[in-house]
Amino acid sequence: MKNIDSVHHVRGESIFIDDVKVPENTLSAYVFYSPIASGKILKLDFSEALKSKGVKGIFSAKDIPGENQIGGIIQDENLFAEEEVHFVGHPIAIVVAEKYLQAKEASKKIHVEFEKHKPILSPREAAEKKSFIIPPRIFQLGNTENAWKECDYVFEGKVESGGQEHIYLETQGAVAIPIENELLKIYSATQSPTAVQRTIARILAISMNKVEVNVHRLGGGFGGKEDQATAWACMAALAAYKLKTPVKLILNRQDDIRITGKRHPYSSDYKIGLTKEGKILAYEVTFYQNAGAAADLSPAILDRTLFHCTNSYFIPNVKATGLSCKTNLIPFTAFRGFGGPQGMFVIESAIHHAANEMNIPVSEIQKKNLLKENDEFSYGQKAVNSFAIKSFKLCEEKFELKKLQDEVEFFNSKNFLVKKGLAIIPITFGISFTTTFLNQASALIHIYTDGSINVSTAAVEMGQGVNAKLKRIAAKTLSVDENRINVDSTNTSRVANTSPTAASKGTDLNGFAVIDACNILLERLKKVAAEELGEDDWTNITFKNEKVFDEDEPTTLTFTEIVRKAYIKRISLTAQAFHSTPNIYFDPKINKGNPFAYHVYGTAIIQVTLDCLRGTYETDFVKVVHDFGESFHNQIDIGQVEGGIVQGIGWMSSEELIWNNEGKLLTDALSTYKVPDIHAIPKEITIVPLPYDKEKLMNDEFKDKIGPLNSKAIGEPPFMYGIGFYFALFNAIKSFNPKINFIYNSPLTPEKVLMMLYEN
Amino acid sequence: MIEFILNQKKISTNTSPTNVLLDFIRKEIKLTGTKEGCREGDCGACTVMIGELIDNKIKYKTINSCLVPIGSIHKKHIVTVEGLTVNNSLTPIQNSLVEEGGTQCGFCTPGFVISMTCYFLNNKNFVEHEAINYLGGNICRCTGYYGIIRSLTKTSEIINNSEGKTYLDKLISAKIIPEYFKIIPKELKQIKSNKNKIDKPKFVIGGGTDLYVQKWEEIVETKSILIDTKQISNEIYKKENEIIIGATATIEEFINSKVIRKIIPQVKEYLELFGSLPIRNKGTVAGNIVNASPIGDITNILLTLNSKIHLEGKKKRIIPLEKFYLGYKQLDKKKNEIVTKITFEIPSKNFQFNFEKVSKRTYLDIASVNSSIGILVKENIIKQIRISAGGVAPIPLYLKNTSEFLLNKEITNQNIIEATKIAMSEISPISDARGTAEYKRLLLRQLIFAHFILLFPERINAEELL
Repeated sequence: MKNIDSVHHVRGESIFIDDVKVPENTLSAYVFYSPIASGKILKLDFSEALKSKGVKGIFSAKDIPGENQIGGIIQDENLFAEEEVHFVGHPIAIVVAEKYLQAKEASKKIHVEFEKHKPILSPREAAEKKSFIIPPRIFQLGNTENAWKECDYVFEGKVESGGQEHIYLETQGAVAIPIENELLKIYSATQSPTAVQRTIARILAISMNKVEVNVHRLGGGFGGKEDQATAWACMAALAAYKLKTPVKLILNRQDDIRITGKRHPYSSDYKIGLTKEGKILAYEVTFYQNAGAAADLSPAILDRTLFHCTNSYFIPNVKATGLSCKTNLIPFTAFRGFGGPQGMFVIESAIHHAANEMNIPVSEIQKKNLLKENDEFSYGQKAVNSFAIKSFKLCEEKFELKKLQDEVEFFNSKNFLVKKGLAIIPITFGISFTTTFLNQASALIHIYTDGSINVSTAAVEMGQGVNAKLKRIAAKTLSVDENRINVDSTNTSRVANTSPTAASKGTDLNGFAVIDACNILLERLKKVAAEELGEDDWTNITFKNEKVFDEDEPTTLTFTEIVRKAYIKRISLTAQAFHSTPNIYFDPKINKGNPFAYHVYGTAIIQVTLDCLRGTYETDFVKVVHDFGESFHNQIDIGQVEGGIVQGIGWMSSEELIWNNEGKLLTDALSTYKVPDIHAIPKEITIVPLPYDKEKLMNDEFKDKIGPLNSKAIGEPPFMYGIGFYFALFNAIKSFNPKINFIYNSPLTPEKVLMMLYEN
Repeated sequence: MIEFILNQKKISTNTSPTNVLLDFIRKEIKLTGTKEGCREGDCGACTVMIGELIDNKIKYKTINSCLVPIGSIHKKHIVTVEGLTVNNSLTPIQNSLVEEGGTQCGFCTPGFVISMTCYFLNNKNFVEHEAINYLGGNICRCTGYYGIIRSLTKTSEIINNSEGKTYLDKLISAKIIPEYFKIIPKELKQIKSNKNKIDKPKFVIGGGTDLYVQKWEEIVETKSILIDTKQISNEIYKKENEIIIGATATIEEFINSKVIRKIIPQVKEYLELFGSLPIRNKGTVAGNIVNASPIGDITNILLTLNSKIHLEGKKKRIIPLEKFYLGYKQLDKKKNEIVTKITFEIPSKNFQFNFEKVSKRTYLDIASVNSSIGILVKENIIKQIRISAGGVAPIPLYLKNTSEFLLNKEITNQNIIEATKIAMSEISPISDARGTAEYKRLLLRQLIFAHFILLFPERINAEELL
């Protein structure tokens, strides 16, 4: 039960992008970028820099043979700035030299003059100035206007959620090697090999079949290398293409933090209406998404905010408006949860606010409104096999919520300088790319004559364990030993037109493709075995643990023998299969449809301890009931829950992005941007899998609504348990200072906490 | 010529002594298991072990190879992840990480493996929180650390079940480290000591843990001098009525010094919040002082202890630490002067001390505000007092007016509140990445309260104070 890469990881043998063995003559590139947030380039002079030691070339917009365009969803982003710069970190050129330090040194000699413009930094300011990436998006269910009259209580408020830097431990980078006849081989640390291939082709005005992109593994991705790994590969490719020499471009940490995208900061307004019993009748919310200076994935991320704006609750009247606001900050991008957490944080804040004003427990309102079977989401899909109630109840009972609450209350009554706070949070997360066409994948499987098996798919390994999972799926489907199977690197020449490895969908999409490819091979092998055994009906043949069975009786034939015989009989031992998620669709004109294959559910209880003298805090525990489906790789799934929770708590606590009023990021290093360290984690995490009804899993209606081997996607959902941390801490602060305002502003750094503790 | 042993191989190189160890390992030797994650000692992906002969015995510690000038590792043993195994085996640490899900993307993993190995090398008895402290300088973004902590426990069980005459034998038989470790001391002894003498050095480098963060690109191109313990002592000792701290003493040596512990019994607890272990292993006390960060932790403590700085240039000079700082990063120090030692008078009996530090993240972070107090109370009257505060002025600040106000006063809520008001008039914090000026003011008030609440719980009523 282990991640297949792990043996090489612990020995330091795994190859990351900066470890790829490159030819001796490989050059190093350094990105020269804008120091200002907004302005016009008046003068750009490379002459001094070109004379600098070791420099082989400097490339900017004018050197691009094809289109200077890297935008994915919307064509609004240049690889290199042309006349204007739109954010601090906007790439202007790359300097290529024999050595990294030479390139960096030369970049300091580039002479550039700007006409500075006043930058727009906040999304609300952008909205006022009608600076949008796309027109407003509105999701609606029922009629909120009519519903307000029915409500006993209506509360309004404002929520701010901060951005989040990925801090994948491996910084971004790529190596481009010219082969011959315009052919380029690209090593890229990307979640989207095809996007890299397509964009390089576009930049260089060559066809996609001239570009081979290979991805071994990523030293962490978390969404940060979904769209934003592309630019660095394009730059390396451009230089390699021009100089006909291999070029390596690795961002140093500070540049990586400064010039790559992060989770979107949001500012939101909510209005929530309830009956006096706590039933939510209406909810209106407006999300001001800080998209940064270009679209990147912002429209899709905004959509997911809207999809998840009611979290695990059924609210009959919803109006959710999303505004993707164009500002002069770095284009923000995908990050675990993809806009979902921002949406869920607002509804949880609204409920927290309402409960406190109404003087009833938050959990009472949460419980009264959880999704029941066939309840409708604001986007028209119905909750099928909803475990919202089941997971909440199990969590409440299993971990004795009432008792925990009483203990906290007792503790707080006895202690003045230290307070505890507790919160419970349900989560519901939709699984599928909401851009329906991306829900496709293919697998290519070769069986070699010695019986060894090579699996290639579109999935990129980034620590989430997709390779180990695909290996297990292939081994189970073929009923062979896992040691036979090698999961190969992700390579656009072996598997074409790959969707990004994202949306928690890597195992689901590629796993189903692997199952299909294995089944194609199995059928061929069974036919060979039937022929060998003189069995007329090949469907009577089965493979079990490497052996051939006929009508469930063991035979002397083995998997390897049949492979060998198939080869002699000139039967293909290669299969390719394609999978696309069935029955999903979404109409963005009316914002209704059935965008998700299924939902993942769960509930967590979080408790914190707060030092009211110093404003510092720690997390006592997180107790979770999580919906894994049937986990077929327990170690990996548990690791995703643990890691996701810690990252979610990081987003809500110490991870703070601060820009000055000129749009320069002040927290641009690990010394100022603080991700959780080993001391910052909850003292205890308990994870209980939601029990599954096996019979139901076999049910036809359910079949399409789960992942391979009845598992469920795991990457993103656990991140959102971290949101509960905010409310646990808020509650602790409130027990010290009951006068605090219901202003929700994350992350809750020790600074904010101390200010709240002593706010009048 | 710089000579050292890398894993089991002797390396001789003529590379510039200011070159970065990490680059040498990755680019020259082409061992890529050691990773570059941040180049500021804040992630631990580049952690290596360094073994040094001290009194003929080899002592290992962890360091961030991204901040180490290669000249400083002459005659030392460097261990990277590649040096922990022979053949294709796994050490119990590596195996436990595999079995317990202690690695996901794998990029941070070699650094963790090294830190864990060094912990077990130096600690016969497994204590979980101490082991965790060893890993405080290693950041993992994937696992949430739980798998790593599980593998610590698992490894300790394996070692406990191993046999061996000495602890080293036990570790070798458990395969925590390979057999060749036994012959390293002998091999190190054969390497001749090296003297680097440089006229008009561009930089004078002590630990280098901040200098290499700020200016590594510049330093590697220069002729600079690396100060080592042979040139300037790292000894910490008592002489008559004084404590003398050799300028090259590292933060860890300060923490573990018996004479310091006698005066500040909780020094370990306080300074576990200083950087991370690999940083404390390399960073020096004098470095913390001349770095002149307004927020240095050691500086703050030494200010409160009313320390003196001993400078040596053409002449010798002694100046009180509180007079050493002239403005932001400006020192009363000539270019050719270097700090040779720091001294302070041993406080009288019944002296009490406390140190407070609040940062965005409790460990491995730079303070938003720090503060320490040294106080002597007789019959409820304050007979001696010094309070210092960091992060609230352009320089590490001794709160002169506040301290003087409290002198000869009784410890009462009212006096403490008055004192914090005076403190507010002495400070001039600015808003930056570590907090707004407003926050820093409030925080300092709280930390001053914390000193008195902690030291005099029977005299202070916290509920009234707040």
